[in-house]
Amino acid sequence: MDRHRPALIDAPPRWLRPALLVVPVAFLALFYAWPVGTLLAQVADRSAVSKVLGREALRQVVWFTCWQAVVSTVATLVVGLGPAYLLARWGFPGRRLLVAVVTVPFLLPTVVVGAAFSALLPDAMLGTATAVVIAHVFFNVAVVVRLVGTVWAQLPADLVHAARTLGASPWQATREVTLPLLRPSIMAAAMITFLFTFTSFGVVQILGGPAHATIEVEIARRATQLGDVGGAAVLSVLQLLILAVLLVVAGRTRRSSELPLRSVERARPRTMRTRLGVTAAVAATTVLMAAPLVALVTSSLRPGGRWSLTAWRTLGNDRAVRPGAALGVDPLASIATSLRFAVVATVISVTVGALAALAISGARRRGRLLDVGVMLPLGTSAVTIGFGMLITFDQAPVDWRGAWWLVPLGHSLVAVPFVVRAVLPVLRARPDAWLDAAATLGASPLRRWWEIDVRLVRRPLVTGAGFAAAISLGEFGATTFLTRTGNETLPIAIGRLLGRAGDIPRAQASALSVLLAAVTVTVLVAVDAMGDPAGDRPGSR
Amino acid sequence: MLEVRGVVVVVFGDRTVLDHVDLDVADGEVVALQGPSGAGKSTLLRVIAGLLVPQAGTVRSGGVDITELPPHRRGIGMVFQDEQLFPHRDVGQNVEFGLRMQHRPKAERAARVAELLELVGLPGVERRSVTSLSGGEAKRVALARSLAPAPPVLLLDEPLTGLDRELHDRLADDLARVLRATGTSALMVTHNAAEAARVADRIVSWAH
Repeated sequence: MDRHRPALIDAPPRWLRPALLVVPVAFLALFYAWPVGTLLAQVADRSAVSKVLGREALRQVVWFTCWQAVVSTVATLVVGLGPAYLLARWGFPGRRLLVAVVTVPFLLPTVVVGAAFSALLPDAMLGTATAVVIAHVFFNVAVVVRLVGTVWAQLPADLVHAARTLGASPWQATREVTLPLLRPSIMAAAMITFLFTFTSFGVVQILGGPAHATIEVEIARRATQLGDVGGAAVLSVLQLLILAVLLVVAGRTRRSSELPLRSVERARPRTMRTRLGVTAAVAATTVLMAAPLVALVTSSLRPGGRWSLTAWRTLGNDRAVRPGAALGVDPLASIATSLRFAVVATVISVTVGALAALAISGARRRGRLLDVGVMLPLGTSAVTIGFGMLITFDQAPVDWRGAWWLVPLGHSLVAVPFVVRAVLPVLRARPDAWLDAAATLGASPLRRWWEIDVRLVRRPLVTGAGFAAAISLGEFGATTFLTRTGNETLPIAIGRLLGRAGDIPRAQASALSVLLAAVTVTVLVAVDAMGDPAGDRPGSR
Repeated sequence: MLEVRGVVVVVFGDRTVLDHVDLDVADGEVVALQGPSGAGKSTLLRVIAGLLVPQAGTVRSGGVDITELPPHRRGIGMVFQDEQLFPHRDVGQNVEFGLRMQHRPKAERAARVAELLELVGLPGVERRSVTSLSGGEAKRVALARSLAPAPPVLLLDEPLTGLDRELHDRLADDLARVLRATGTSALMVTHNAAEAARVADRIVSWAH
């Protein structure tokens, strides 16, 4: 027999490993790799590519995508560093509540953010690039507060004190000591914000108007409105390539802080000046972050400038609004559809994600390949995923255009990476010695795996299920392509209603957005209370 | 009766950790294996438990050659250095684990768990979370867990390290008492000569 086996005690048992791989690999191959392959095949024709890329209109789209992302990122950093400093360095009553207020936008579906700003901003601003940038800032401030704030909270105050005793002014101490130490985290926040804003779809679709399109929006416009599938495919592949480059760059600039982890030091405002300063900062942050949501609620209650419950009351029956003129959207049904899809998407993502995580951790080094494969949808825009599925599953034997389950399936493609990332760290942190202990207590290889690894993933799976549900509820990009009449989800219904003239549809869009936001935030808060906050933003696509 | 004959373990292809080791533990005997850290004492325990396959040599338990048996079929218990209690299970479920592997009925398991916890001086802690245990309590629970399936041979890998002096001595005495009370043959690895003398019938010093 082989006497050089390195890991004698291991989980799962060797014979089970291939079986674990089957479902995740088949899922990814069928619903991710194949559609992406179809997209690539579409652009194999070089002349079509040069025709699309040569167009002036397209260069404008790429240019707008880039500059709005840069401006949004810089603005987010400028706006976000204030609250980051406030929440990291100062202790005051209600601090945790303010953390929640700043974090909530980060969790909201993009259509809700779009609806909130179309309720808040004056009509003259809607359809401008400014509106897009403002919404992006609101959305991503939490990234800065989380990433930079965490590091900032751990900076020893004495580092700055040391600089001051060496003759540095407050500004010099900030520039020479604080900022350099924060730089890795600021870069990381900038990178993430740039990625999010570069691939922004819902916000731009709703607030950008006809004059402003990111690559994402342009793909949707060409594919669903102009019927220019070839052009949309070229743009999708372009987006894939740009994202791949960005992710590689982001991977290189991984936040490596040389700071040792320390306990958090927060100062209490004691002097008159600091009290005033902190109070003003808290007030400003609260107003900035809460205003769009307040406007959203208000607008649902004030169709046409008068207080009324009409929008809420007519959610189930659009005929009551204008007899004979149906809206083409059934708001109440969209709620039921969204909930149903969320359940299906959650079941699919939890199943695939759990099997993938168990397979990845079981396969050790060779698991890295599947690990990368599972994460790929995360580096692919939701629009690309939806579009790829749309043009792949359109002919026999895979003509699934009318199949309702294609929508929750698309959602679960977006959600699986989050499930895996919720589960995998728990499995990776599991000491091998637990398997040894179980073995000496008489547990067979299969039993060891079942009793330890499978049990361990239960809790993080609840977290993953919450992420999946929240993602499915708010998903807009992929759904835009996969949705069918009669199966509109909440975000789709909100998008449609916002596109209609009249006070009642707009108020209804706000009412639905309030509902969607409430459900999403409730799910995520419940999950956060149950398990560990795994960090990333799930509800954003 | 545990018999180790000519065990050889070579790691990384060239470092010989165990070089033809022989060792006997008689039925009901408590043997301490004492020596400096890095001498390969823990490696020997892992070979006996079946967690590591030696390049050469045999391990026999009760007259049966168990060298090729997987660990869960050997009937050899082990107390690990850092306890390795399962944090996703409470104290009772940890102690019960080996009994469930033996498919014992539920009532019997509960009685046995209570008995063992009583024996190690922690009666009634079944429903406590293992993360809430103090260092000394965790070591007692680990001992109870390993003893619950009544293994004829128990291996103990530095079972008392990391405790303050007074607690250490008290636990050492309790350990000696429990091993005698259950009639378990035991092989304990320690770097502490006083501890070895306190617990064991016989001390094997390992200079290496």
